[in-house]
Amino acid sequence: MSKTKFAGRGVYVLGNDIDTDRIIPARFLKCVTFDELGPSLFFDERFDADGNSRGHPLDKARHKGAEILISDNNFGCGSSREHAPQAIQKFGLKAVIAESFAEIFHGNCTTLGIPCVVMDAEHRSGLAAQVERNPDAELIIDLESQQVIFANEIYPVSMKASTREAFLAATYDPLDNLLSAKDQVRNTAQKLGWA
Amino acid sequence: MGKNLFRKVWDDHVVRQLDNGQYQVFMALHLIHEVTSPQAFGMLKDKGLGVAFPNRTFATVDHIIPTDSQSRPLQDDMAEKMIQVLSDATAEHGIEYFPPESGSQGIVHVVGPEKGLTQPGMTICCGDSHTATHGAFGCIALGIGTSQVRDVLASQTLAMDTLKVRRIRVEGKLGPGVTAKDVILHIIRLLGVNGGVGYAYEYAGSVIEAMTMEERMTVCNMSIEGGARCGYINPDETTFEFLRDRERVPRGADFDAVCEKWRSYASDPDASYDDEVVIHARDISPTVTWGVTPAQAISIEELVPSPETAEGLEKNLITDALNYMKLDAAAPIKGTKINVAFIGSCTNGRLSDFRSVARVIAGHKVADSVRAIAVPGSEQVDQDARAEGLDKILEAAGFEWRKPGCSMCLAMNPDKLVGDEVCASSSNRNFMGRQGSPTGRTILMSPIMVAASAVRGSVADAREVFELPSTLESGDAA
Ligand code: SF4
Repeated sequence: MSKTKFAGRGVYVLGNDIDTDRIIPARFLKCVTFDELGPSLFFDERFDADGNSRGHPLDKARHKGAEILISDNNFGCGSSREHAPQAIQKFGLKAVIAESFAEIFHGNCTTLGIPCVVMDAEHRSGLAAQVERNPDAELIIDLESQQVIFANEIYPVSMKASTREAFLAATYDPLDNLLSAKDQVRNTAQKLGWA
Repeated sequence: MGKNLFRKVWDDHVVRQLDNGQYQVFMALHLIHEVTSPQAFGMLKDKGLGVAFPNRTFATVDHIIPTDSQSRPLQDDMAEKMIQVLSDATAEHGIEYFPPESGSQGIVHVVGPEKGLTQPGMTICCGDSHTATHGAFGCIALGIGTSQVRDVLASQTLAMDTLKVRRIRVEGKLGPGVTAKDVILHIIRLLGVNGGVGYAYEYAGSVIEAMTMEERMTVCNMSIEGGARCGYINPDETTFEFLRDRERVPRGADFDAVCEKWRSYASDPDASYDDEVVIHARDISPTVTWGVTPAQAISIEELVPSPETAEGLEKNLITDALNYMKLDAAAPIKGTKINVAFIGSCTNGRLSDFRSVARVIAGHKVADSVRAIAVPGSEQVDQDARAEGLDKILEAAGFEWRKPGCSMCLAMNPDKLVGDEVCASSSNRNFMGRQGSPTGRTILMSPIMVAASAVRGSVADAREVFELPSTLESGDAA
């Protein structure tokens, strides 16, 4: 199934360098499957020590059910834990828009079919302000035309070329592709002395 | 025009180009541990797939293992289950596993090199971002996510884009008390936490060439903290001598032959780079972090920055970091009270780290207000340190000597900060909540700076607290 359009309501989580320890604190990595991670997303930012809400954007009534996360620079830096994009997905978010992404996080998201879409600071602050004003309106990310459409406005976005190709061709999960070249892999292994 | 090491290793390991422009790349070595890998075996099972090259994957446990008692079953049921799943899966698929109390267990990035599994010219991957450590041997060493662990188990390959290469030359001679940790903190401070996105870092220059392998591992370890996908150092005699006689390295005439092969991977003298940065050793001081990213670092003599002097989003970042750290703007970092001192992790939990601390701390005492723990990076490091009596020297000074594991680097085991405690830490991340308490505060620094701070009870300059020998590390460093 090709994934080229992502539609949903937006939510803006402000901040540069939001690391994967913040996205999912290490104590929630104690698990042998990813199934239960959704509620732990941004846990320590969302709740205080007594479990009371700190009023994080994800918990504001107006943003309940939002599906597209908007943030700033270097989103997802730090630990390689796939628990971070898994928690984002299990929470119900389908796509992330930011100024830039850390590479391992970007790769993990791609494999899970979560597009990491790059939008510059000026457009992002415009979009964030619009989303605040119209929390109930849907925004549409179109990877084909590399645009975000919201409230009749068009915001240019970009995506790493190979990732965009993978979404357009629905090969963002590369496993089948990797498995289709068994002989070539064996040849390379033999050449290197590992077969 | 010659080739750099990245290009040579890459070209050797590329299987083919994929339709989307990425490459399928063979992984010569795959390391797994209990936190990011058990789920991958579940994914394989769902798809009815097996492991393609079980002899190229090795497993150990490090992240969740307690460091006080490791007797089984572990008190924490989920921790026990994670280890059990890993041990069952490796047995089922014929993967070699180094369990606790085997003499071979430890932090995955300590174990690989010490067994000689890590060798020059390899592509190496592990579901852990500090896999860059192995780049110290002249490898392309990549941290990956769990779905990619699945890909490597099933195919021994990864789909990836190629990288640009930035050579970072560190030239000159480091002053007394300035260590490999200070070099990498200084580099990250200069280039930023995302300065390395899209790059492999090649560390070079006279300072890097003079380093021991353990120091080189400290530098490469934190490449990810600078945003680089990986970091490496060209293999040389220091590399080969480290590997000689290691368990998984060929011996005798075979060793000489393999050294020739390894040497051939080093960057050619006329190799080209996408970018180059030169750093002078004289500009590097003992460096500590003041904020919540590793780039928020200053020299021990400097003042914590002030939001007043910054602009835009940077202003907010400084304000937020100071609020979280409960530090005053424009105040000295030296003298900041600490509650905990931690020496360990894949950055600074090797034998030479404990040697350097033992050498300076003998005759000193950890302040009463400080809880100090030393956690060896592996069972091997533990054994070697005990054989030299380093554990006794640290204990006499007031450190607890623990069993090996990641411990308070990420606090998935019982070693955690409490409330808003401040920890002087030899680890690699000072992120909010990193050391197990959502309000805990981390100040990163070198092992001897942690020792000095533990003695003073506050962030201190090792050069003022101790009498430093002119060369600090394992003695054989230039
Ligand atoms: S010591 Fe810390 S950084 Fe290193 S592997 Fe363990 S948790 Fe990760």
